Amino acid sequence: MLSSTDASMENWYRAIDADPRFHALARQRSRLGWGLGGAVLVAYYSFILIIAFKPAWLVRPLGPTTVVTVGIAAGLAIIALCVALTGVYIWQANRDFDRKNREIVDDARRNA
Amino acid sequence: MTKLVGSGMPRLVGAALMLSTGAAYADIGTSIHKMFSLPEDMSHLKPTAVVMFCVFVLISLSITWWAAKRTKSTADFFTAGGNIGGFQNGLAITGDWCSSAALMGIAALLYSYGFDGLIYSVVPFGAWPLMMFLLAERLRNLGKYTVADIVSLRFARVPIRTLIASSSLAFVVGYLIVQMVGAGTLISNLFGLNYEMAQVMIGGLIVIYVAFGGMIATTYVQIVKAVLLLSGATFIVVAVMMRFGFSLHGLYQAAIDNHPTKEAVMQPGGLLPDPVNAISCGLMLLLGGAAMPHVLMRFFTVPNAKEARLSVAWAASLIGYFYLLTFVIGYGAIAFVMKNPEFMDTQTGLIRGGANMAAIHLASAMGGDLLLGFISAVAFATIVAVVAGLTIAGASAISHDLYANIFRHGKATDAEVMRMSRIAALSLGVLGMVLGIAFKDQNIAYLIVLPFTISSTVFFPVLFLSMYWRRLTTTGVVAGGWLGLASGVIMLILGPTIWKDILGHAAPLFPYKYPALFSIAISFGTMIIVSLLDKSDRAKEEIAAFADQYVRSQTGLGAEGAVQH
Repeated sequence: MLSSTDASMENWYRAIDADPRFHALARQRSRLGWGLGGAVLVAYYSFILIIAFKPAWLVRPLGPTTVVTVGIAAGLAIIALCVALTGVYIWQANRDFDRKNREIVDDARRNA
Repeated sequence: MTKLVGSGMPRLVGAALMLSTGAAYADIGTSIHKMFSLPEDMSHLKPTAVVMFCVFVLISLSITWWAAKRTKSTADFFTAGGNIGGFQNGLAITGDWCSSAALMGIAALLYSYGFDGLIYSVVPFGAWPLMMFLLAERLRNLGKYTVADIVSLRFARVPIRTLIASSSLAFVVGYLIVQMVGAGTLISNLFGLNYEMAQVMIGGLIVIYVAFGGMIATTYVQIVKAVLLLSGATFIVVAVMMRFGFSLHGLYQAAIDNHPTKEAVMQPGGLLPDPVNAISCGLMLLLGGAAMPHVLMRFFTVPNAKEARLSVAWAASLIGYFYLLTFVIGYGAIAFVMKNPEFMDTQTGLIRGGANMAAIHLASAMGGDLLLGFISAVAFATIVAVVAGLTIAGASAISHDLYANIFRHGKATDAEVMRMSRIAALSLGVLGMVLGIAFKDQNIAYLIVLPFTISSTVFFPVLFLSMYWRRLTTTGVVAGGWLGLASGVIMLILGPTIWKDILGHAAPLFPYKYPALFSIAISFGTMIIVSLLDKSDRAKEEIAAFADQYVRSQTGLGAEGAVQH
């Protein structure tokens, strides 16, 4: 079905699919992705729902000496959070996932 | 769809006649004089703006000339040969993402509505982490030239490509009209050209970039634009913050003092009318933003998943940085432009050129003619680069998906596909001009909702389920995709914006401005139910093929253009 014309490619796919390390890596990657993605969605939907239902929460100034409101600070914080979590993912992927992935693929090419 | 286009038909035909016969411009001397003469409120036009604008056009044309020599195959044309690095691609994605709405539009919303305008800075940005965590690497590992390539790995070629290519074209045309109308208004304001002349100029430049330079030229024009946009916005922000000793408190205090609503400018108001619309709009921006075809296409210009990841990281950082700047630019405009007689129309007492000019006026207030000229050139670059990105996405849907894969059943030669791509780029450029002229002075707000509704309702569910859900089948994709698309467009037409405001009926038949929540549910639901009911042999094969697709999506083994080691 896949577009590759290389017949050995199919064998490599089977070998990788049979490799428990591959499924462990896929699980690890998906846990991280969904965990971070879930955090972003919670932050976002809290923000949107508060704007929709409880805008009064965002109206108060941060402190007695400033006019910067909770809403402004929350907006800035959400943007910063998104950039930071994206950084966490790429750090983990570069540090760990790429190496494991290369080992799995190289082994499959050698043995299948 | 027909209804949307239909409403503009008489004007459209008129505009086309005007262009083709040239009757309206019979006396060339008079018409040139008219084209370049300054409207009365443009007496402030400064030569710096024109000089910087010419410099940008020259640079972009040199890039195109250079890129044209390197565009030899369809892979060069659609994906720049897969040779773009992660950082460059991150900049180019920033260019694709930040349309004129990002600079002028958000500043305008903040200027008019205060805090509520910020919602449009914060909410769309959530698409970026989602793209990174769920889509980017898999897209790169599975894709070739277009979004449709990913989906047709496992599913029937013709029905899937028909769905995706039609949706891509509807997306591109909707988005294109918004950009072209915005561009015409902006450029006639900035440079004193008339509106129609501005359309012809933008359309002409785009056709040159895309038809000759393909994705290589488009990428580097995007990079130049992103650098200009980020540095221009940074200059404005530094200049604004210097006036307040870099105290955010000082800036916001000045904005509160100057704005008619006082403290309310820092607080959520009524821009999002009710909870259902708020949730629907949020979902549309998040999922729709994560699946825009002209942005996703950029993932195929890098050599592998690692560079795709790097592109997203750079794009997310640069776009996030840009959105942080809008927190200062919008309130800066309230502090320095509002109530400044220099920027107010003498007759109406309102901001000259409309709220969309708030960022431009702010540049003038902060850095005089020099910064004004620079930001005007930035605004122009912003628009042409986005239109170029949209045009190449549309051209690839026409030439790669419809022509090569459907009409020629994959048997077209490289040269034939290239020729079709150039014809498609030319046609889209002309279509953009004609529609830009046809929609002049019309309420086009609903046209911004259309592309986002399409990408959140069709592209996101199709891509997400095809990569994450084994049981998905062709029948499910086709049923859910078309039903979602149709329901989204119908709800949009029957909703308050079109049915009530534009067509003038007393009450809308569908109560919400943003139908995405419902159309996304219809699309996902239908895809899942129909796939589960599909017991055909074809479905069994497709489900069996998921295993190989899954390994490839995770490992990148067998990915097109990937470096084999």
